[in-house]
Amino acid sequence: MFVALRDIRFASGRFALMGAAVTLITTLVVFLYGLTGGLAAAASSTVAGLPADRIVFGAPAGAAPTVSFSSSTVSAEQQAGWSAGPGISAVEPFGLSMTRLTSDGPAASVSVLGVPGGLLPTLRSGAAPNDEQVAVGADTAAQNHLTVGQQVRIGPKTLTVSAITEPRSYAHAPTVWTTLPTWQALSGQSRPTALAITTGTGADLSALDQAQNTKAVTVDDALTGIDGYAAEQGSLQLIQGFLFAVSALVVGAFFTVWTIQRKPDIAVLKAVGASSAYLVRDALAQAAVVLLAGALLGGAAGAIGGAVASAGVPFDLSLASIAVPVVAMVLLGLLGAVLAVRRITAVDPIAALGANR
Amino acid sequence: MPSTLAAPRTRTGLALRDVTLTYPDGEQRLTALDEVSLEVAPGEFTAVVGPSGSGKSSLLAVAATLLRPDRGQVLLAGQDAGTLSDRARTTLRRDHLGIVFQQSNLLASLTAAEQLLVLADLRGERPARARSRAEELLASVGLDPAKQRRRPHQLSGGERQRVNIARALFGEPSVLLVDEPTSALDHERGAQIVDLLAEVTRVHRTATVMVTHDRALLGGVDRVLEMADGRLTVGQ
Repeated sequence: MFVALRDIRFASGRFALMGAAVTLITTLVVFLYGLTGGLAAAASSTVAGLPADRIVFGAPAGAAPTVSFSSSTVSAEQQAGWSAGPGISAVEPFGLSMTRLTSDGPAASVSVLGVPGGLLPTLRSGAAPNDEQVAVGADTAAQNHLTVGQQVRIGPKTLTVSAITEPRSYAHAPTVWTTLPTWQALSGQSRPTALAITTGTGADLSALDQAQNTKAVTVDDALTGIDGYAAEQGSLQLIQGFLFAVSALVVGAFFTVWTIQRKPDIAVLKAVGASSAYLVRDALAQAAVVLLAGALLGGAAGAIGGAVASAGVPFDLSLASIAVPVVAMVLLGLLGAVLAVRRITAVDPIAALGANR
Repeated sequence: MPSTLAAPRTRTGLALRDVTLTYPDGEQRLTALDEVSLEVAPGEFTAVVGPSGSGKSSLLAVAATLLRPDRGQVLLAGQDAGTLSDRARTTLRRDHLGIVFQQSNLLASLTAAEQLLVLADLRGERPARARSRAEELLASVGLDPAKQRRRPHQLSGGERQRVNIARALFGEPSVLLVDEPTSALDHERGAQIVDLLAEVTRVHRTATVMVTHDRALLGGVDRVLEMADGRLTVGQ
């Protein structure tokens, strides 16, 4: 680090510019990462939070089942077939639909889940809903000034708020929870949408799928059955990937130019006895200092920006959502730097002699 | 020149024996050094003069272990540099060789003192001891403490060359190779630098070889050799 730190001090303008570029890209990546997480949660936290390890999708007779909440229905026979399957610990049917909630303010879109009590999220107050009752998320309760015991209109039915739950959402609409019969009444659907199952040992899911004409997938895979979820996440993750690639290229390009500019100095240092390993270590340490400073600043700026933005947009402001992109930026930047500074090994110390400089 | 510096370690000098070096030139090879032999004892200041293209720089590059000769031996610190790996030659340069470059070749980002301290860092030497040695050495070549904290662009050409010499001496080398040290200086400052080199050769007991085209500055050297067409002869 002897030369590295002094180079940074001497060429502070150039390194500040490089650090600023890293800071800006990291800010953007952290912001995008938080937004991706926030949007993912807004689209899927209801399904992701179901206490099950598989979701079983069904289809009407003659149709092939697909992973799609909007087209799936499960018959009583299919449910019975899964319940009787070996190694299946629990089978909970649930209904899922979109409707609107009307209270004392304007109507708001909500997702309604008709579920047995075992699939409810944690209750903050009240009790699990019975028929003609509904449990609403804390966010919905706050926005609509709802309390336990109050009446609220969900689609065509007026229900009584029985509980306030942890906030959950599906397809960017907050979720309200009721019983399966009440859901059937307000959605007009006679069959549940899907099954939430818990498996034990010896479960043969493929055989059950084949026998019941269903498709069982993990809860994570079931998220792709939410309309627009895969496309939305794919687009955001693609942009993240591009930003990571750009950051590696920017850092690599900077250190390539910097190494070329330093060739005469490198030749002199080699001529006086510096090994390539010493010089590469020094250069990588220099890159690490710039990357760490830039990425940490960018992470802080992204976190502050995310905290401000989270009031208006879904944003996942967690330690992981900041640390992951910061660490990724540093590692990818170092990868770019490694590719750049390997040129050091090719510098011939003979260039230090004569009037070559 | 102060004589307060630590006593030099045991010296072995430099020996080139029947060294031949050729370069590719199209489909042929040009002979840069033609069976050159040279021995320089500790404390001896030898100048090699000759016109451009005579082979002076090739001689220096081979002696500095930066080029491998086609044939012959380069003995430095008792080792035949031609048989060593690249890594071993790098270590040999670090531990036994000092090079005074033509254009001073100081690193722009380092102060005068740091030009020497970077060598201490290469050797893993303790910074406090190295700093005190660097300050003492720079003072001994005529650079006062204020100037020791300056970067190359804040020093004159003569001062930069003094730092260049101090850097070459910092590793207590047994061999000092000097490449056209006066080419960027006027006659007066050039003469001062050659006098300084003669002094450090005596004080530090280095085997010093200086290549130069300037015959007017050879008063302080012990021996003058002529280089022409890759051959070395005793000068006038």
